[in-house]
Amino acid sequence: MTRKKSNPLLRTRRPLLPPGARSRSAHLLTAAAARGDFVLPCCAGCGRFLWPMAEGCPACLSEVGVKAAPQGARVISATTAEVPAAPYFRERAPWRVGLVQMEAGPQAVVHLHPAAQAGDKVVLRLVLDRAGQAVLNAGPEGGEMSDPQWQAMVADPRDRRVLITDARHVCALPLAQGLAKAGAVTIHCGLPEAWKPFPGRAALQAVPGVRIVPLDVISDRSVADAATDMAGRVEIVVNTADLPRPGGLLGPVAQVEARAMAETVQMGLLRLARAFGPALAGRGADGDKGGVAWVNVLSVFARAHPPGWAGYAAAHAAALALSHALRADLAAGGVRLVTVLTGPTEDGWFQTVDPPKVTARALADAILKALTNGLEEVAVGDVAKDLLARLEENPKAVERELAQGGLTG
Amino acid sequence: MVLAVPVTVPYARHSTKPAQWWAARALKALADGAGMSHRDFDGLSVSSFSLAPDSTVGLTQHFGLSPRYIEFLPLGGVSGVAALRRAARAVQAGDAGVVACIGADGNAPQSFRRSLENFSRASQDAVYPYGAGGPNVSFALIAQAFMADTGLTRADIGRLAVAQRANAGLNPEALLRAPLTLDAYLGARPIAPPIHLFDCVMPCAGAEGFLVMREEAAKAQGLPFVRLAGSIERYNAFPEDPVMLRGGWARDVDVLWSQAGMGPQDMDLVQTYDDYPFVSAMQFADLGFCARGDLKDFLAARDFTVAGDLPHNTSGGQLSVGQAGCAGGFIGLVEAIRQLTGVAGARQVAEAKRALVSGFGMIVFDRGLSSAAVVLEAA
Repeated sequence: MTRKKSNPLLRTRRPLLPPGARSRSAHLLTAAAARGDFVLPCCAGCGRFLWPMAEGCPACLSEVGVKAAPQGARVISATTAEVPAAPYFRERAPWRVGLVQMEAGPQAVVHLHPAAQAGDKVVLRLVLDRAGQAVLNAGPEGGEMSDPQWQAMVADPRDRRVLITDARHVCALPLAQGLAKAGAVTIHCGLPEAWKPFPGRAALQAVPGVRIVPLDVISDRSVADAATDMAGRVEIVVNTADLPRPGGLLGPVAQVEARAMAETVQMGLLRLARAFGPALAGRGADGDKGGVAWVNVLSVFARAHPPGWAGYAAAHAAALALSHALRADLAAGGVRLVTVLTGPTEDGWFQTVDPPKVTARALADAILKALTNGLEEVAVGDVAKDLLARLEENPKAVERELAQGGLTG
Repeated sequence: MVLAVPVTVPYARHSTKPAQWWAARALKALADGAGMSHRDFDGLSVSSFSLAPDSTVGLTQHFGLSPRYIEFLPLGGVSGVAALRRAARAVQAGDAGVVACIGADGNAPQSFRRSLENFSRASQDAVYPYGAGGPNVSFALIAQAFMADTGLTRADIGRLAVAQRANAGLNPEALLRAPLTLDAYLGARPIAPPIHLFDCVMPCAGAEGFLVMREEAAKAQGLPFVRLAGSIERYNAFPEDPVMLRGGWARDVDVLWSQAGMGPQDMDLVQTYDDYPFVSAMQFADLGFCARGDLKDFLAARDFTVAGDLPHNTSGGQLSVGQAGCAGGFIGLVEAIRQLTGVAGARQVAEAKRALVSGFGMIVFDRGLSSAAVVLEAA
């Protein structure tokens, strides 16, 4: 717990970004890096791996896609950029760069761990940099956490202050415990409707660094008050506000419940974004431990909409759409927006849904992993992964299957 | 085929003028030097990185020419040799009588950085985001491997930079003329080790040009000229090499010398492409002046100044005169024409009859893709 107090007399460094222009095809790598997958460009014809992304294979001129690839490499040569051209790197110089021979075949220029020298074996990772673009990072096996350049790309909670917007969410307790273990200094946990009983209070308060604060995302006033108190003093926001209510479109209370869910999930995110977003983005370069990430914990029903969860799915779909707008706004400060799409959780409101369901611990672990590994898109649980895979394969089939009673509400 | 009328529009570190202005000045100098109207040039070849949105075709109306042969060759360090080779073929085939070859680029205070961002797709996707070091970082990665392979030290390579600066002292138009000692070279600020400050060229604005025509045409016009004795050109010569320890010259060097009917030992002066002095060292090896393993002894034994036994980059080269974009691909060629026609002034190499000029460039990803060389002979 060693967060340095900032000196109020010093100017807060304004956020700069590394070069962010990429070819359209290179975003196949962005998609993989967002999920934490390691892929390389690969020829569809002869199967050889290529680097950088190409529109035609130099060996056979076939089309090029991406494919999972071995992550090993050897350093051919290494240098430090002492006088970079782009201001982002200039204020972070010297920046270590290497040329590596990949086990997969091609050579690549990489961000290089400070300890790696010419001739060393390294492991490659695809990670999103502060511009949100995929880059190759190379270092000794397991050495990424000791690499300041890696740390500049991921959203490590260590020495940072976190806001969990809804302490009543099923994952709030294990998430707070995990964040504390990962070195977060302060964990603000928003408590809506504080007059209601909160059985988890004692356990949550026992977590080092936890501070339970009033925050009700359905109230403009409450969100504004919380932002006044905290917006300039949190580096990670995890929005857990949710209101799962099963039911189809034609049920007796569907309209009332849909409005309530929209108020919490969609409008709640909007209020939080407007209140906390600007301060977070503006502090994206506030020291080494400045504003770094915003996590939206959403239901996978945001993407695949079971008719039995009509209002719930609509609220989450709306929140997902808003979160794309928020991602673009936060990107100006180099702050990452992480979308966590979870399957139904072990939670009374998903009582009627068949297992497997996502435990609170699994959801918390996925959020923590997303932060420490710098991910942007996370699917949690088998149901979410299966739904997303099926959507990618054949969205019309998913629609029909859900209409025939999959994931009943 | 012959080359005549070497012209240099004196370089400027920064200029408010665009590439079109620099090209116009070069074209005027060529016309004045040839004693012809520029309208009588029926071929126009232009190399530039900063001419956008124009290409050569737009310049024909802009400059009032009606050529029957044009060429646009934004090929960086091989621009000059490539322009010469194409112009010579065009004249030989009767497609043009007199071709004006021009390399011209402007340079505003931030234009170099902007050009780095947009240099190539491979660089945009897979080099520039890694520390944004530009060519210095890319060449540092190559230099480190090259020095490990050859055993060359910075002190060995520095001899080339120091000699070029001495040559630049005799060139009133060089932007960097303050004497450079080996100690100063070795003690310079690191840019991307092993690349240090005096390994780097200074981006600037400028233009270079020459004319290509038949020998009879040059004689009829009363122009001093040099003959083209041999030339090579190659792109992406060794795609299987994991790191660039040799350039494309190594693949074509025998063709060059057999075309010319000469060898390295016959050269009175050499103009290599000196974006970094270690790249000049690589050219000496690849072009047959010594084996790669013997570079250390070769660099120690030879005197590369104008008065030395192997005058090299006699104007000061890009390292001391400046790198004016694509004009950097012309600087050695134009200087060689000057030397072989005896108009190099204070830096004239005595008895200069034969010269080798090489070009190199376009590190779009991890290696320079272009290599070229030409042997010239005095009339």
